[in-house]
Amino acid sequence: MSAPTVFDHPAARALSRRHRLRWWEPLPWILALAFYFMFPRYLGFGTELLIMVLFAISLDLALGYAGIVTLGHAAFFGAGAYTVGMLAHHGIWNEPISSLFIGAAVAAAIGLASGLVLLRTTGLTLLMLTLCTMALLEEAANLGHDWTGGFDGLTGISIPPLFGLFEFNPLFPKTQYLYVLGALLICFVFVRTLVYSPFGHSLTGIRENTLRMHAVGAPVRTRLVVCYTISAALAGIAGGIWAQANAYVNLSTLGLDRAATVLIILVLGGYGRLYGAFVGAVAYMALSHFLAKVYPTAWQLGLGFLLVTIALFARGGIIGLGETLMARLRPKLKPKPPS
Amino acid sequence: MTAALLETRSVSKSFGALRAARDVSFKLEEGARHALIGPNGAGKTTFINLLTGVLPPSSGEVLLKGEDITTMEQAARVKRGIARTFQINRLFRGLSVLENVYMSVAERVGAAPQMITPAGKRKDVIDESMHLLETLKLADHAHLTITGLPYGRQRLVELAIALGLKPVVLLLDEPAAGVPSAETHIILDAIDALPKSIGVLIIDHDMDLVFRFAKKITVLVRGAVFAEGTPKEIGANADVRAVYLGQATHG
Repeated sequence: MSAPTVFDHPAARALSRRHRLRWWEPLPWILALAFYFMFPRYLGFGTELLIMVLFAISLDLALGYAGIVTLGHAAFFGAGAYTVGMLAHHGIWNEPISSLFIGAAVAAAIGLASGLVLLRTTGLTLLMLTLCTMALLEEAANLGHDWTGGFDGLTGISIPPLFGLFEFNPLFPKTQYLYVLGALLICFVFVRTLVYSPFGHSLTGIRENTLRMHAVGAPVRTRLVVCYTISAALAGIAGGIWAQANAYVNLSTLGLDRAATVLIILVLGGYGRLYGAFVGAVAYMALSHFLAKVYPTAWQLGLGFLLVTIALFARGGIIGLGETLMARLRPKLKPKPPS
Repeated sequence: MTAALLETRSVSKSFGALRAARDVSFKLEEGARHALIGPNGAGKTTFINLLTGVLPPSSGEVLLKGEDITTMEQAARVKRGIARTFQINRLFRGLSVLENVYMSVAERVGAAPQMITPAGKRKDVIDESMHLLETLKLADHAHLTITGLPYGRQRLVELAIALGLKPVVLLLDEPAAGVPSAETHIILDAIDALPKSIGVLIIDHDMDLVFRFAKKITVLVRGAVFAEGTPKEIGANADVRAVYLGQATHG
């Protein structure tokens, strides 16, 4: 019998247990729930935060895992937001959960169509093309005044109560907060499952060495397009929730500002790490809040310095820094190879 | 006459005015230990790219077991059993040795498109990867990330990834390149121990390695087949010696 000896090996054990839940993984969710009870007056802020976390997770799948360099991810956020917003505003459909599915489908369709073209390219070309896709959508939303409200956007989107029971109230966003938290949990479990699957492993392979993935016979472009489409759908859900929670949609959902912000959040927290989105969003929101108080005119300067520092000295972001520190503090835990 | 394992029929490849392969007709037999040698710029790497489908030939045909695969994409050729290693390591550097090999085994057994089952639950893939590492004497290093591995072992992982595809044809592009001489024996032993059924084509400059393994040698010069024969014949071939000696005196 050789099988048991194989799985006694630390490498095999590590790989076969990689997907198991670690003790600290429920923490973010406990904190998010605690926030709900402890800061009822800040639930608007909390809702915005959780939406950004979801958006950042969608970006992490494409950028952090598959290595798709994009600067236009807000295209899908906006697509979801406008889909949900327009359907409700024009009285076509406004049931919240099914609206999100429609928003996700539209964003996915745009992701698929653009991905089929864009993902033939890499690096700077890819970066510029993702930016262009977003700019085109933004301009379309700007020009399609009758449908999208143009520059003013759409206001007064009325969303019926969730499950016919819980009222969406922009002034007292209890429902929104728990609604986003639920959606985030579902999407997160989905992404977590995906990145620990063989498919997710192969995405990591594409990020680490595209040429080699071709050489082991992987259909690299198909995998990238699938990943990009899923990522777009998740971003669409984040956008859809944003529209529902705020009861309006405007061009800011499609803008470079939002695309850059989500990228900063991910870099700050640490990309390709699942929880980087959480840490990054909290750090970014808290930091910009604090800096804006201290330096109302130049708060972005502080953020800029921090980003430069992270990019130069801590490529893994805050989580990466933590990992490095843990590795230093801990005595060398070298797994012993079986002799 | 049975079809050769891998065959090219007057394959040519031009990059503008540069003819990197000229009318190359070449046969790799089943279970062969064949070497492809030639001076720098002879078109050895181009030839590999033509065999693996990275480049389409300008003219000519490529056949695998008699089947025309000239227009077939790289991924489809891999599925049919053509695997290669790279002259410069192309590894998944941030991952462990085991995870590297998992990548190719998962691709071969069709596990890679799975999205829901965790990678760690495909025990069959892990099991096969570990056994492969054991046969290459890499098991002790399976948990290390590539960046923490000595170069010689990295070359071995390069080989392991290719073997994870269970190839019928294995193309080794300078398998011992850059390995310190103290570690070369690791690679040589591994190549020695390759399953006899695999047809192996070694592309190399290292004459010791070539003469140690090859039963047959093809010499490529300026994109064309210059000479072909047993190591003995090639070693005694005055023209081949002239090409190499000429290189040596100039370089």
